[in-house]
Amino acid sequence: MSLVFSLSPASDIPIYRQIIQHIRRNVIQGQLQLGEQLPAVRVLAESLVVNPNTVARAYGELIRDGLLESRSGVGVFVAEEMRQVFSNAERKRRLDHAVEQLLHEALLLDFPLPDVRATLEEQWKTLQAQLTNRRKK
Amino acid sequence: MSEQPGASPVIEIDHLTKYYGTREIVSDLSLSVERGTIYGFLGRNGMGKTTTIRIFLGLEDPTRGSARVFGLDSRKLPPEARARIGYLPEGHHVYGWMTVKECGQFQASFFPSWNQDIFETVLTHFRLTSKMKAGHLSRGQRAGLCLALTLAPEPELLVLDDPALGLDPVARRSLLQSMLYVTRRADRTIFFSSHLLSDVERVADRIAVLDGKVLRADCSVETFRRQIRHFVLKFRDSPPPTPDIPGLLESFRSDREMALTLVNVTPEIENRLDALQPQSIEPVDLTLEDAFISYVGERGEKTFFMNGKESK
Repeated sequence: MSLVFSLSPASDIPIYRQIIQHIRRNVIQGQLQLGEQLPAVRVLAESLVVNPNTVARAYGELIRDGLLESRSGVGVFVAEEMRQVFSNAERKRRLDHAVEQLLHEALLLDFPLPDVRATLEEQWKTLQAQLTNRRKK
Repeated sequence: MSEQPGASPVIEIDHLTKYYGTREIVSDLSLSVERGTIYGFLGRNGMGKTTTIRIFLGLEDPTRGSARVFGLDSRKLPPEARARIGYLPEGHHVYGWMTVKECGQFQASFFPSWNQDIFETVLTHFRLTSKMKAGHLSRGQRAGLCLALTLAPEPELLVLDDPALGLDPVARRSLLQSMLYVTRRADRTIFFSSHLLSDVERVADRIAVLDGKVLRADCSVETFRRQIRHFVLKFRDSPPPTPDIPGLLESFRSDREMALTLVNVTPEIENRLDALQPQSIEPVDLTLEDAFISYVGERGEKTFFMNGKESK
């Protein structure tokens, strides 16, 4: 994972949540491998020029969500298996929210549903292929 | 950087009041700063920030109340205690006729703990060389020199009064990096005032907000952001009169909308918003700057206090 990424403190998204989004994106897109170690809190904090507590908070939330795991005395790693820590209702709620955002965008850009569905399936396949490849390594 | 229970705060201000003549500058201010924290001191100009700093450093006497640093009364700080404090005053004054190197030698003669490596590292950050005349430096370079002079004695408590004033973005980033570097050691504390809320959000553990001589918040940045909320209510027709809700900071009305900025929103208050029967209520996230401006702005009551005894 790149240690330097752009934070926008003038954003309405708090800094710790920007860090969470960055790490999640890196895991999904494969810049961070499953089981890979993350930089130490202090190292990431100094490269981003933010308070270490802010980074610790982001790591903490990602550990709670099951994306990262902490091995005591060693450090923080991307979890080997994605544990599902949310209830089914919560998972559904989160999915609904994400789909709603997607559909708003599609409507504003004037795409019909079949186009949206086709794009979804295409990208789904790409991501699945990436994930399978990484598991084999 | 967790707070050690039982450890005494580095700075303790207790019911501090200050008058200049008949003008009250600081009114009944109490706050304490725990060891190891980076504490941002916010407020508009003329709200008594510099005066508060000068009092707890023992440079001025309080009219009433007291201030303590390292557990010692600020009015009688012995030289040994003062040597543990690094103070960067507003304005970055230097002796113009000295070179950068001479400034360092002069300052070093007062501090047994002088660390020449730190002095030179900070100078390099600000692209300063030892032969430069202090009087010929740009504003940002002068700030860099002053910061180097303040950091080199490795103070336990660093007090920075509006250090970012007049700095360009690169110099500001160097300043923030220096602040984080100092607090690598968990026993180092920084108290700084600033108007640059994006910088404050990056580095501060906690903030205090002074407004109209009075302390109006003492909490983490996150708590401050979370407690100030903005809602947009949409109506079929023109919106009803603005409700008299406790915690209302600001309100704007347009043809079919009412936008409310509120502090300390409780479920009862959310119920009262529902009771206005809008078509929709949309919460909008605020930046720290927006939240701050609403909180200390001209509108609204000023009776709210945000206190963060929050758990992590």
